[in-house]
Amino acid sequence: MSSLYEEISAPPAAGVPVRRVTLNVNGQDRTVDVEPRLLLAHLLRQGLKLTGTHTGCDTSNCGACTVLFDGRPIKSCTMFAVQADGHEVQTVEGLATQSSLHPLQEGFKEEHGLQCGFCTPGMMMAAKALLESNPNPTEDEIRWAISGNLCRCTGYQNIVKAILWAAEKMRGSSN
Amino acid sequence: MYPPRFNYESPKSLAEAISLLTAGGGEAKVLAGGQSLVPMLKLRFASPEMLVDINNIPGLNYVRRDADGSIHIGALCRHEDLEKSEVIAEHQPTIAAAAPLVADPIVRTRGTFVGSVCHADPQGDWSATMIALDGHIVAQGPNGKRNIPARDFVTGPFQNALAFDEIAIEAVIPAPKGDVHGGYLKLERRVGDFATAAVAVALETSGGKVIRAGIALTGVGGRTINANVAADSLVGSALTIESITRAGELAAAAAEPRSDHRGSASYKRHIVSTFLTRILNNISESTVKAA
Ligand SMILES: Cc1cc2nc3c(=O)[nH]c(=O)nc-3n(C[C@H](O)[C@H](O)[C@H](O)COP(=O)(O)OP(=O)(O)OC[C@H]3O[C@@H](n4cnc5c(N)ncnc54)[C@H](O)[C@@H]3O)c2cc1C
Ligand code: FES
Ligand code: FES
Repeated sequence: MSSLYEEISAPPAAGVPVRRVTLNVNGQDRTVDVEPRLLLAHLLRQGLKLTGTHTGCDTSNCGACTVLFDGRPIKSCTMFAVQADGHEVQTVEGLATQSSLHPLQEGFKEEHGLQCGFCTPGMMMAAKALLESNPNPTEDEIRWAISGNLCRCTGYQNIVKAILWAAEKMRGSSN
Repeated sequence: MYPPRFNYESPKSLAEAISLLTAGGGEAKVLAGGQSLVPMLKLRFASPEMLVDINNIPGLNYVRRDADGSIHIGALCRHEDLEKSEVIAEHQPTIAAAAPLVADPIVRTRGTFVGSVCHADPQGDWSATMIALDGHIVAQGPNGKRNIPARDFVTGPFQNALAFDEIAIEAVIPAPKGDVHGGYLKLERRVGDFATAAVAVALETSGGKVIRAGIALTGVGGRTINANVAADSLVGSALTIESITRAGELAAAAAEPRSDHRGSASYKRHIVSTFLTRILNNISESTVKAA
């Protein structure tokens, strides 16, 4: 358990509200004390040390902070950590297993889906949500699904290819 | 960026939420999808003492069509739920057309229809559809429920007609009396941008004639504009090239655009008339085909 209000500023003065919440992150229950104003992105990065989730714009525009909240992609800079009480959160750290990369990670590697890598965790989580509801997406559907995620390097072309690559691999392995 | 400090409550019932708002005496705010409120808090444009999170109140996430044909959208129905709804796809063309154009796909998984109408952003998409459809908001407070017509709901930029202790529990689109037609066109610079200009249209026809029309404009004034003069000009006759052109001119005249980084005022006016005529032409073609 980590006491996260310290990360914001000095220890809370008397009367500063602190809430104890339990959320499931990548399959593991985590109980934390948080100030209500702590953003989910900051709980993940600073509190739980899961720095795979990036914060880019911090103004709800870029999608770098995308995680799955009960399976749906959300911008973790635009939700409070207290709101995750009793919910499931998946981050990019949950994709790979001990022995193997997730097909999306392989796809990004095979198709050069990243350059600086800053947008990549958000892209992968948005793509994961897409492939779970639509295992055989068209290129258009992929572009649509990642249209809330900005990339300043790749021009998107190879990100789309990487997701197509992963979709094919995932369809193959489920047959 | 950190929001200012606030207390947080997540009530499990509407009654509990309303008493929290009442006790807050105007210093408590409803938190729905948070897709407008959280950014505002981070920028410190708002600093409520308490947030009353309604996300854990059961029974508010629905979109349904009643036997009489009216459509009801609960306070926790997300933009994405409407985008994917079969009820909407089949019965409500204005909302179906707007749903994929609101914000971006990630924002749409959280942001709510009702929250967006409450937020009363002059550039928000849903207020325009509600005004065009002549819908109303059902507000619930300590003294029970009341209906507020969409056209009176927005009282100014980011201001609505709710009292501090009221929650908007659902949006209602009344039962149509004729065949339902509609559309929504929005010009945005890129996905996720607010409208440079957008036009919402809702028509009902019977025997080839327009029996009800609603037109509302987004992004071209200090609030969503009810282009009722343009809409009224269509009622009572069939859509013709002349009536469509005239409605386009009247709607452009109703717009109050300002020149800004999204475009000049005259450009935005031009978009309004182009979009309106485009939507009406589509409706006219489809009704001719159906007849
Ligand atoms: C990147 C980005 C792009 C966007 N683009 C668009 C766009 O193109 N078009 C568009 O229309 N919107 C856009 N939005 C805004 C988005 O649609 C929001 O979801 C919406 O405006 C607010 O809905 P919400 O449920 O998130 O409300 P919240 O943010 O939770 O609340 C907004 C306000 O309404 C009040 N409120 C909410 N629900 C209720 C209720 N049931 N009863 C009483 N008061 C309530 C809150 O107290 C608050 O003041 C965008 C947002 C982002 C972050
Ligand atoms: S950091 Fe959350 S959207 Fe950019
Ligand atoms: S790889 Fe650099 S932002 Fe996408």
